[in-house]
Amino acid sequence: MNPAEIKTKLESEFPGIPIQIVGEGLLLGPEDLVRVARFLKESGEFKMNYLSSITAVDYLEHLESVYHLYSVDQRTGPVVLRVRVPRDNPRIPSLVHLFRSAEFQEREAYDMMGIRYEGHPDLRRIFMWEGFEGYPLRKDYLPENEDVLEWDDVEWLERHGVTVPAEYKQYAQDLKAAGKEARAERPKPGAEAV
Amino acid sequence: MSPPVLEKTFQASDPVLQDTETFEVNLGPQHPSTHGVFRMNVKLEGETIVSLKPVMGYLHRNHEQIAENMSYLGSMPYTDRLDYFNSMSNNFGYALAVERLAKIDVPERAQYVRVIMAELTRLVNHVSVIGFLLNDLGAFFTPVLYAFREREKILDVFEEVAGSRMMCNYLRFGGVKRDLTPAVTERIKKIVRGFPKFLDEFEGLLTRNEILCIRCQKVGVLPYDLAVNAGITGPMARASGVNYDLRKVDRYSIYDRFKFKIPLGKIGDVYDRYLVRILEMRESLKILEQALKEIPAGPVMNPKFAALAKAPRNFKPPKGEAYGRVEAPKGELGFYLVSDGTAQPWRYHVRAPSLINLTVLEDLCLGHKVADAVIILGSIDIVLGELDH
Repeated sequence: MNPAEIKTKLESEFPGIPIQIVGEGLLLGPEDLVRVARFLKESGEFKMNYLSSITAVDYLEHLESVYHLYSVDQRTGPVVLRVRVPRDNPRIPSLVHLFRSAEFQEREAYDMMGIRYEGHPDLRRIFMWEGFEGYPLRKDYLPENEDVLEWDDVEWLERHGVTVPAEYKQYAQDLKAAGKEARAERPKPGAEAV
Repeated sequence: MSPPVLEKTFQASDPVLQDTETFEVNLGPQHPSTHGVFRMNVKLEGETIVSLKPVMGYLHRNHEQIAENMSYLGSMPYTDRLDYFNSMSNNFGYALAVERLAKIDVPERAQYVRVIMAELTRLVNHVSVIGFLLNDLGAFFTPVLYAFREREKILDVFEEVAGSRMMCNYLRFGGVKRDLTPAVTERIKKIVRGFPKFLDEFEGLLTRNEILCIRCQKVGVLPYDLAVNAGITGPMARASGVNYDLRKVDRYSIYDRFKFKIPLGKIGDVYDRYLVRILEMRESLKILEQALKEIPAGPVMNPKFAALAKAPRNFKPPKGEAYGRVEAPKGELGFYLVSDGTAQPWRYHVRAPSLINLTVLEDLCLGHKVADAVIILGSIDIVLGELDH
């Protein structure tokens, strides 16, 4: 079943629903996601009872959550659903009460991209530790620069009897005074040794 | 000095001894039964589990971000490190996703070689998982050694074709790295001929073993509906009767050419998961026999992409996205790729079967004893490299 046919079916089921075809998937508004997913799961025609994959993609101007639905009984699929949300307030209703397989995957997408799945029973970070700041898979995330000495490092070294050169010390002090952390730059395309 | 005397002697009828308190225990992260660095936060009532929360991320290395900062081919060796028992299957899934993205054809012989490697990997995985499961049951190392004796033969084949025993890095976009020599083909044939005998021996020791039956039957029962709803795949879902094997459903690569059956369980307990794995190995052997008989001569690499290995940055798939999934030994391994037309993937996502099969761990363990939690975890078959990304 191609996306255009599914779109027609959904539009006849939910009159006035805004659906757009993007690639192989259907772009929905966040408020329509749950009812569409429920319809796809429970209607006798689709029986999309298996939610294979949830993931999030950072498209710079917005974040997108992508759902791949399959039918175990009819062996059809995938139906790809997409939901776009603004970067500064990414909220999408959770699908956990429809599909248990969303439980860890939504936690993963929250951990890595910072999308808040509303209604998730236990939305915590899954891989990163508690108190970690930032969302590592967003394109603007900069990892810590481990090559630069920060003030804590300088103190640790001096406590262990290592003399830190004055310029490094000064740099660390400036960083601390500015309230900044040493952040690495993102690797430029082509910078990797091949 | 006289020894201290208890002021009060407790009796069994004492209310102090009858009220049990909920007790919280961390199983792991440094414990052999957790199959890696993985922790289960367990609440116990006596010895019965009343709550279980898996805690992961100890091996997290942001696999996805590293892959997004690399060329497409550059991540191929890195996929080996996902599920380090089955590097060939991981390569297969990734190659399939990229081939779908860039619309690359794979020559006939390479398809056969891929299927042969994927099925050998399945043998390696299932045989060692059963060994480890028995380890968890307390049969220390004898079954594992039997299993590893066979695994070793297959790893030798991997070493001969790919140059490495575990981190194979063998598949390429549009084919495989090296051709199978006649000597290797003979060797694989010999393994395939000898394997049923080993399986009979293995089953003779285990399948009707009384202790194994008592410990595994009716333990950790996963009902059909929950298995589908929670996205459980692989042998674990099939043990619950879910007839969903991507080799039959998607018929990717050339799996439509082989005759094989999908073994299904009825109850969905640990014992069924064990049996399904044994039966799956027998079916894999059937596929291997057919593949080895039918394998044609010819190139193993699409000539257009043969030079790719020397200049991986020249490989720029067109804009678009692809979701490639294979039936890895642990379940459905999916790769979701988004290309922006440059040499690096814009988004690279792994749908790890180990992670998602773990969703139901709490449901399976509730009401069981701690010792059962260990074998239930063993029967789910997780690998932390894949689980933690």
